[in-house]
Amino acid sequence: MVAIQEMNMIQALNNALDLYFSREESAVLLGEDVGRFGGVFRVTEGLQEKYGIDRVFDTPLAEAGIVGMAIGMALGDLKPIVEIQFADFVFPAFDQIVSELAKYRYRSGGQYAPKVVIRMPYGGGIRGGHYHSQSPEAYFAHTPGLRVVVPSGPFEAKGLLLGSLNCPDPVIFLEPKRIYRAIKAKVPVEFYTLPIDKANVLHEGEDLTVIGFGSVIPMISDAVTELENEGYSIEIIDLVSVAPLDMETIVHSVKKTGRVLIVHEAPRAGGIAGEIIAEIQEECFAHLQAPLQRLTGFDTPFPYSLEKDYMISADKIKYYARKVMQYQ
Amino acid sequence: MPRPFAIINEDGSCAPEYLSVVSDSELRYLIEIALYNRVFDQRMILLQRQGRLGFYLTSTGEESTIVGSAFCLKSNDPIFLSYRELGALLIRGVPKELIMDQLFGNEDDRSKGRQMPVHYAFKEFDIPSISSPVATQLPHACGFAYAAKQKKTGQIALGYTGEGSISEGDFHMALNFSGAFKVPAVFLIRNNGYAISTPESVQTAAETLASRGIGYGVPGVQVDGNDILAVIKIVREAVDRARNGMGPSLIESLTYRLGAHSSSDDPSGYRTKEEEAAWAQQDNIKRLQKHGIWRGVWSEAIAEEKIREYEEEISGLIKKAEAKPMPQLDTLFDGVYQSISPILQKQKDEYKRFLYESKSSRKGH
Repeated sequence: MVAIQEMNMIQALNNALDLYFSREESAVLLGEDVGRFGGVFRVTEGLQEKYGIDRVFDTPLAEAGIVGMAIGMALGDLKPIVEIQFADFVFPAFDQIVSELAKYRYRSGGQYAPKVVIRMPYGGGIRGGHYHSQSPEAYFAHTPGLRVVVPSGPFEAKGLLLGSLNCPDPVIFLEPKRIYRAIKAKVPVEFYTLPIDKANVLHEGEDLTVIGFGSVIPMISDAVTELENEGYSIEIIDLVSVAPLDMETIVHSVKKTGRVLIVHEAPRAGGIAGEIIAEIQEECFAHLQAPLQRLTGFDTPFPYSLEKDYMISADKIKYYARKVMQYQ
Repeated sequence: MPRPFAIINEDGSCAPEYLSVVSDSELRYLIEIALYNRVFDQRMILLQRQGRLGFYLTSTGEESTIVGSAFCLKSNDPIFLSYRELGALLIRGVPKELIMDQLFGNEDDRSKGRQMPVHYAFKEFDIPSISSPVATQLPHACGFAYAAKQKKTGQIALGYTGEGSISEGDFHMALNFSGAFKVPAVFLIRNNGYAISTPESVQTAAETLASRGIGYGVPGVQVDGNDILAVIKIVREAVDRARNGMGPSLIESLTYRLGAHSSSDDPSGYRTKEEEAAWAQQDNIKRLQKHGIWRGVWSEAIAEEKIREYEEEISGLIKKAEAKPMPQLDTLFDGVYQSISPILQKQKDEYKRFLYESKSSRKGH
């Protein structure tokens, strides 16, 4: 019998890292305050104590140095995991991620393929203002060679992190910090992986496909429960992999429903929703029954006092879902 | 400013205590490699001028710095190259055919024709991949050295950089992290006077670049980069320090870029003929050969014969590499990830359909 425990996402991630470290001697974890302190969100708590300061350690406060060093460690056959304290702080490391990590396999003709998983908490809803709330997935999704993976709950977080660690490609692993502790779920205590390149149909329906990822998934689920009470039949797709996109799952669903709402917290312009819409209209043009609808963050910096206006909510999702459903 | 450490005198002689820095046979070998580097570079830049090579970067003027420093390593110590260090590949024994295949980006190129000429990567020789954004390789050297220390492989990492590149944050982070984690790494600045057109004086008010180490707890030292024995002595000390667990070092090798920055550059717009002539007077290869003659292991006649031999060999290599076909179309799409994603497969299929349906020719590719 598989042992199951109630865990929140922090606990599930910590459990995943613990299992990985116990199986993989070459695993190392580096970042700011990840050592004795266990990370500002406590995801790495206890790991340094258990696996030693050479394997789990604090670094000087310089993100480009952290990622650059991790790439070198991977070239030297270690298996580095990087924690960037907040996704908002990743930009000093942008060059090392998009020009070095992402391109290394390709540009060396496959001779070298340094593998680094870069974890970072992303997204709003914690009253963090602009610099503790951003959703930077589109910057990385635009970069050939990177995988961008976003879990939407504790069970997913553990399986996807272990899946990311097992995958030979570099992964940007975005953790929805708003639901770090908000949701508990049943999580197997044993090692398991979930596929990191497949979207998940969370709920089947006939009339509308709602697509999202990460922290908006619980809101979508809440909204859909209410909408179904109103008589709509709605399919929910958890994207999981923001890059590369699993269009097969999406296209299959949209050909059935003919109506689409895509939800993300990041600003609209250049966002992932636009990319999905472009692919859908190429593949499903004849099946569409309504304009393809986006519900996204505004093209503003992330606000502080007016955070609630900016954030996605179940009410916003219901409003736009009805709008798409009522289109004739 | 005190003169940087030097060994070989103007007349080619040196003090007796330095005769043991390299043996006679090693000296002969080093002269041959440095000279090959020079001949190869001159031939390739001509080829570029003839329109037969897309791009090229020479080491001209800096051969002793490069050849001498790479000579101090063991064969499995990784070398994190900047982009002006052909001599390091020659010392490492990378087959010249492979070097030429990379320059032409043909189907035998280990990097599958995916990078501009001179952006080498040869894993079997512990040469990680070169990228154009400068100093980015230095944090990698630090990380690799950390891994070597942790895995007790006994390797040390050598990272090359130019003097302009050390204005980049990556240089400072690499040095700071390396000092903080006491990793077995050596960082060598080829101070050749210019970052494309920008002289060193614009990069910094610091009197020496070696002094950059102090703030990071990393010993820094200057060396006469046109003196191969001095380079070897100083780099060897740094390598030994690293190998013996004493941490990283920074070396500033003072030299001069006698050639242009690249095949796309013309230095006449930013420096004088007089300055160039003065440096050409103290050309490191001349000095190295003088030392060889003084030691009785080299002569002008040998040099002439060797140059002829090298030119012939290089012509043969060019002919062979130039005749090879370009990489297969599949290599454009494959290798972005370990396996191609469905979304990229769709783009690949679309392009193949375009080629087929439009009967578009890929000639000239």
